[in-house]
Amino acid sequence: MAEQEIKPLTLNFGPQHPAAHGVLRLVLEMDGEIIERADPHIGLLHRGTEKLIEYKTYLQAVPYFDRLDYVAPMNQEHAFALAVEKLMGIEVPVRGQYIRVLYSEIGRILNHILNITTFAIDVGAMTPILWGFEEREKLMEFYERASGARLHAAYFRPGGVHQDLPAGLLDDIGRFCETFPTHIEHLEGLLTDNRIFRQRTVDIGVVSKQDAMDWGFSGPMVRGSGIPWDLRKSQPYECYEDLDFDIPVGKKGDCFDRYLVRVEEMRQSLSIMRQCVEKMPDGPVSVKNNKVTPPRRGEMKRSMEALIHHFKLYTEGYHVPAGETYSVVEAPKGEFGVYLVSDGGNQPYRCKIRAPGFAHLAAMDHLCRGHMLADSVAILGSMDVVFGEIDR
Amino acid sequence: MNEALRDLGEYIGLALADALIDSAAHVDELSLRVKRESIIKVLTYLRDDQNCQFKQLMDVTAVDFPDREERFEVVYNLLSLKQNQRIRVKVSTDEATPVPTAGEVYSSAFWFEREVWDMYGVFFANHPDLRRILTDYGFDGHPLRKDFPLTGYVEVRYDEDQKRVVYEPVKLTQEFRRFDFVSPWEGMLHLPGDEKADGEAEGASGGEAKS
Repeated sequence: MAEQEIKPLTLNFGPQHPAAHGVLRLVLEMDGEIIERADPHIGLLHRGTEKLIEYKTYLQAVPYFDRLDYVAPMNQEHAFALAVEKLMGIEVPVRGQYIRVLYSEIGRILNHILNITTFAIDVGAMTPILWGFEEREKLMEFYERASGARLHAAYFRPGGVHQDLPAGLLDDIGRFCETFPTHIEHLEGLLTDNRIFRQRTVDIGVVSKQDAMDWGFSGPMVRGSGIPWDLRKSQPYECYEDLDFDIPVGKKGDCFDRYLVRVEEMRQSLSIMRQCVEKMPDGPVSVKNNKVTPPRRGEMKRSMEALIHHFKLYTEGYHVPAGETYSVVEAPKGEFGVYLVSDGGNQPYRCKIRAPGFAHLAAMDHLCRGHMLADSVAILGSMDVVFGEIDR
Repeated sequence: MNEALRDLGEYIGLALADALIDSAAHVDELSLRVKRESIIKVLTYLRDDQNCQFKQLMDVTAVDFPDREERFEVVYNLLSLKQNQRIRVKVSTDEATPVPTAGEVYSSAFWFEREVWDMYGVFFANHPDLRRILTDYGFDGHPLRKDFPLTGYVEVRYDEDQKRVVYEPVKLTQEFRRFDFVSPWEGMLHLPGDEKADGEAEGASGGEAKS
């Protein structure tokens, strides 16, 4: 029989597919069940955040950051707040720093619960998501009690945090830290030694150290490949220097390693939260300079000057000295950076948002080649992509 | 600015003297402006040199300065895990002049450059796959340019009769408002109609601006 050329099959994956983690359209060229080329089409959730921020004052830009990676909103605000503070030369009071760290770590756990459980559901495990979301709900309640909103917090503002924690909240967070480890164990009991889960993830989507650097990876994606790199340790910001925590690293850099890194990071985050609750100092939560942070409400009703400050802050805002900075935080997904250019006005001249997921997804083609179709779902799940931040 | 970064800046300045236009340090961050045609050489050097080892390209972006002769500034943010340092490299270009792609030095550049192309219309020479990335299929224009309106030119809606999404020119029910908050006490050096106060006014307004 004569040899026949078979044209590769083009498969459209998404944008409305539960395993596409939102709105990814993945065009796959298949040879049977082997992926020959993966071409992610992104931008279906593009809202023009960067353009909008150029037309808003610095304070008005904060809520846009909640809507990027909506799984861990406060971590994004953090990067923007740090960038503005750096240009203005502001030092946040110690209590403000501790609250920020505490909530960044809550964000990290929020993110990792969602990622691990949805990753599990992608590869066939239903239960983790049902168990995990109950805990997520408790964490979002902490968000709500501090900022008034479960998701779009707008809590970390340039100069500190918006308001002090209500009475009793720290005790409740402390209590949560006592109970949550058992939930991590339950989660691990379902997944870590699960035969199906291991078959789907071990040796799938291996990222070498070289690749991780070449493709600009960060967060669990580099740590899973065995590079001990965490911005909280290597370029410490806020009060991370005073806290004691470890950086878990993987060995092989496959999907399973990345899962394990995330599980261990949750434990480390809990330990950081516990330390924050214990060490939480008294004092102001934001800088006292009323040119940057608004006066208290009660003061505003009595003092003329406070009223003027309030009015000026919420109309004109503050002017940031001309200059540029690239400020980064270790967001749960990796390095989240804000490249802020100021021309000395009250609105950012340019605010580029560097989302970790963007760089990770860029390597999708590289990672998927030669894998089976079902593995692409595992790879995508272990990358931890959220389209709010990738599409911006 | 910390000691290590200053040393690094001097070291790079010596090694890349012919490619460098100038280097500046602001808020503890080092940024180099280099010639457009030598960007590949600079990036390769920064990646491979023993004392630099900027193995990661974390971000490529652009900034639009419409008043300049070459309006776009393409910005590369590099990270060195070994040295624990960051550095910023900038080249300038305009709408017509291509910038050599950094993809052969860092794979991560491919998508970042696609985004810059999409948002600003900066062309990258030798890029293997310079398609639009974030905007809609068939989109026209480059939205992050300063002369592109915030509201854009077209809007979409689902048309019940045609049973599909249709594109229409943007109709605003209210004009887009942009308030001018420049305070007359700080921004203005002369009061309107006050031609007499030429010389003295500047000294006086300098004192007021402090408030």
